This record gives sequence, C-alpha cells and structure tokens, in this order.
Amino acid sequence: MAVYRLVTPLKEEDVRRLRVGDTIYISGIVYTARDAAHKRLLEYLREGRELPFDLSNGVIYHCGPVAVKEGGVWRIVSAGPTTSMRMEPYEHIAIERLGVRMVIGKGGMGAKTAEACKRHGAVYTVFTGGAGVLAAQAIKRVLDVYWLDLGMPEAVWKLEVEDFGPLTVAIDSTGRNIIDEVVKMAVERKKGVLSQEHNALI
Amino acid sequence: MWLDMDLKDAIVRAVVDGLHRAVVYLPKDVKEAIKRVYEEEKSPTAKTHLEAILRNIELAERLGLPLCQDTGIITFYVRVGTGFPAIHQIEEALIEAVRKATSTIPLRPNSVDPFTNRNSGDNTGRYVPVIFWDGFRDGDGLEIVVVPKGGGSEYVSTFAMGVPGKGVENIKEVVLDAVVRAGAMPCPPTIIGVGIGGTADLAMHLARKAATVRRVGSRNPDPHVAELEEELLKMVNSLGIGAMGMGGTASTALAVHIEYAYRHPATYPIAVAFQCWAARRAVVTIEPSGRYEIEQ
Repeated sequence: MAVYRLVTPLKEEDVRRLRVGDTIYISGIVYTARDAAHKRLLEYLREGRELPFDLSNGVIYHCGPVAVKEGGVWRIVSAGPTTSMRMEPYEHIAIERLGVRMVIGKGGMGAKTAEACKRHGAVYTVFTGGAGVLAAQAIKRVLDVYWLDLGMPEAVWKLEVEDFGPLTVAIDSTGRNIIDEVVKMAVERKKGVLSQEHNALI
Repeated sequence: MWLDMDLKDAIVRAVVDGLHRAVVYLPKDVKEAIKRVYEEEKSPTAKTHLEAILRNIELAERLGLPLCQDTGIITFYVRVGTGFPAIHQIEEALIEAVRKATSTIPLRPNSVDPFTNRNSGDNTGRYVPVIFWDGFRDGDGLEIVVVPKGGGSEYVSTFAMGVPGKGVENIKEVVLDAVVRAGAMPCPPTIIGVGIGGTADLAMHLARKAATVRRVGSRNPDPHVAELEEELLKMVNSLGIGAMGMGGTASTALAVHIEYAYRHPATYPIAVAFQCWAARRAVVTIEPSGRYEIEQ
C-alpha cells in the first residue's frame, strides 16, 4: 500500500503501476461530472460532436460542488465526491472512447468500469465521502465551467488542484475491485452471524 | 408583544442561523463517536479516511464553511408551544428561511422536479422542505429541529414487510441485509435508524428520525430494545465494511437507534434509514419575543 503523488496529464504506465489500497495525491486538472454531464458526454459521442474539453489522460471527478461567483470569478466552497454507482452505465465508455485515466468518486463502481480499467489502463479512486471542505482546500482555481444549463451540481467544472487527496485506489488496472470484494466478504460474514443466531435459537 | 410580521421575520432569521450552524458544525456527540471509532479502527485504509473526516470537520469549523457539499433536502421537525402566536406563519417562514439560507450560506440547490428534472434553484418545491408537525409542547415557545440530510445516505433507505412469526430474528436479517446492500454508498461510518411496527409510512418515519435526530450515545428507554441496539451495532461492525467501504474493523457504523410502534397482527413493518457520518442537526427554540437559542 504505497503513497504516490501524481500530476496530470497522467501516463498510462504510471496508472498501470497502481494497486488497490494505494494512496494518491493528485495535482493538475480534474473535471467534475455527474449523471447529467455523463449523459451529455455520450450524446456528443453518439452525434460525433467535438467536446468543449479534452479528457484524454485526464481525470473525471464525481462531484457536484457548491460554488459562488464573486466579482465575476467562481470559487469552490465545498466539493466532496458523490455516489459513483449512478455513473456505472456510462463510465466504461468515457474510459474507452475519451481516454480517461482516473475516475474519482465514492461508494464504488461495478464490473463494466473494472473491465474498462483493466483493458484501457485506468483506475477508480475514492476520495473521503462528505469531506467537502478538505476537497475545496485542495482546489486552487476554477479554470472553466461547461454546461451550466444543467445546474450548478451537474455542470462540468474544470478545476486546478494541488495535492488533492487522500485518494484510495479502489479499482486498479488488473481489474481488482476492493469495494466489491469487501461487500462479498460482508455477505459471507452476514450468513455466519445469522446462522449462529439461528442455531442459538434452536 | 411583537407584531405577527416581526415574529415571522424572527423565525426566518432563527432558522437560517440554525441551518448555518447545522451545515458547518457537527454535533459534539457525533464528533466524539467518530474520534472513538478512529481510535478503535485497525484497517489503515479506513483510518486514513477517518483522519480525513476529522480534518474536514476541523477545517469546516475554522473556515465557517459547509462541511459537506451535499447539504441535502432540508427536513424540519416542528413542535409548537400551545401559547405560541403566529402559528399560521410558521410554514411560510420555514420555506422562506430555506430560500434565504440557500443563497446566503450558501446551500447547494438540491430540489428537483421528478418528471421534468427541473431544479428549482432554491431548495424548495412541492412538499419540500419536508416539514413534520411533531405535536405540541408546553409554554409559548416554538421548537424546530433542523436536519440537512445528504442524498447518498437517503439513497440506500430500505423498507421490508417482515414475516410476523419470525420476530426479532427477522429484524436482524433485514438490518444486516440493508447494511450489506448499502455497502460504501451511505458514507460510513453511519448512524443506522431502525423503525419497527406501525404502518409502512410510520415505520420509515421512525427509522429516519431515529437516524437523524437522536443523539449518538442515547439508548432506547426500553431495556430490551436498548440491548438489541447494542447487539445490532456489534453485528453490523463485524461485517467489516469500514469507513468508506474499503474494509474496516470498527467503522461501519457509529450507532444503531431503534424506535417502534405497535403493529397490526398481520404485518411486521421494518424500515432502515441511514445517516452518513456528516450527521448534521440543530435544534432552534424561538420565543414570542423573537429571541432564539440554537442547540446541537
């Protein structure tokens, strides 16, 4: 369980070296995207339209920030991660077609994302859920905002970050998925706990 | 005696202040429970995230900022003093307070039309904020419990109609199933509220209130139920989900709170509600003079 400091744009070989349980602090550029933004990303791909931003070797952050505009400049007040599973139907396409190298979120992702991470050399990492101020402290500037018509949380925010973390690698490029493994283990333990109970009753 | 209008403004001011306190400062009982779990936890990954949580709590307090960006859908539990004037203006005042708090604190706009997906932009909408009229209290004061609850923990709420013959064993099954299914999603360590009996909606109401309003460390006054709370907490933590769901020995849940109502012989409602570690709440008490106090 190593600790890495990475800078964007990410290199495939650096990302392939990461393993579940590793801790990462990232500097550079991250793009926020939630459900509505992912849906629009895919619409652009389907219609063959050019995206207004470049995600190749880039980082997608599942986050809907609280932002305020002061004197014409956006500032992020609080920006923790949102539940990633809602993006499961879309993320493998973003990894495959747009070259996303790292997805940051919370709560875990499924088999499609894990497969795409393995095939294309990407990782899914977890930022501490709810730690909105800690995240905002590592965000140095809002570089741009796209698709604000989707609403503040759903828009794509281009953020400059410094030592953004701790991020724990939860899906690595070997396809291991730690949150999935923990849940499977919990299912087994639950059966154990309940059968003990049951036997005690008999 | 204040005029009605003045008192309405006073309610708005008090509730905006209560919302501000709630989203910036975590109640002491919750903070202490997180610190305790941090000491007990053995998994380094879970410890890393618990440390980040504690740092985040401190930063939010120091900078006066909302500790989590998901300031949720706002729920109010209101108890009206039998002598409180301006009762007819409370609802309007609560809605106005939410609008004002959204722009001034600020809160994230989270209120969306389920059919058109239109975001109202000010955290209000049909039935939102959620207002529960929680009965009357003696005296002429107004008591409002303010609960901003995030979507991640709400998303994994569970309701099951249990088998009446199975009893307590069934409760354990439903709770453990819900915890496993929720996994990492509700931002563990969580506070788990369990509502037993009553009608389907009452069970869910009891569960949600138990998860969000009851203090960590409090016990159900019925000793048998209190014992079940302890037992369930041990069982839940033995599942090994841990803070943020990447494995952990002590940080799946901070507490299990059970509330119950009598049930129909043919039904056995069991509801499970989750509150994330960012268990925000504040109790605002307002006097007819407009003076108010906030407790957490």
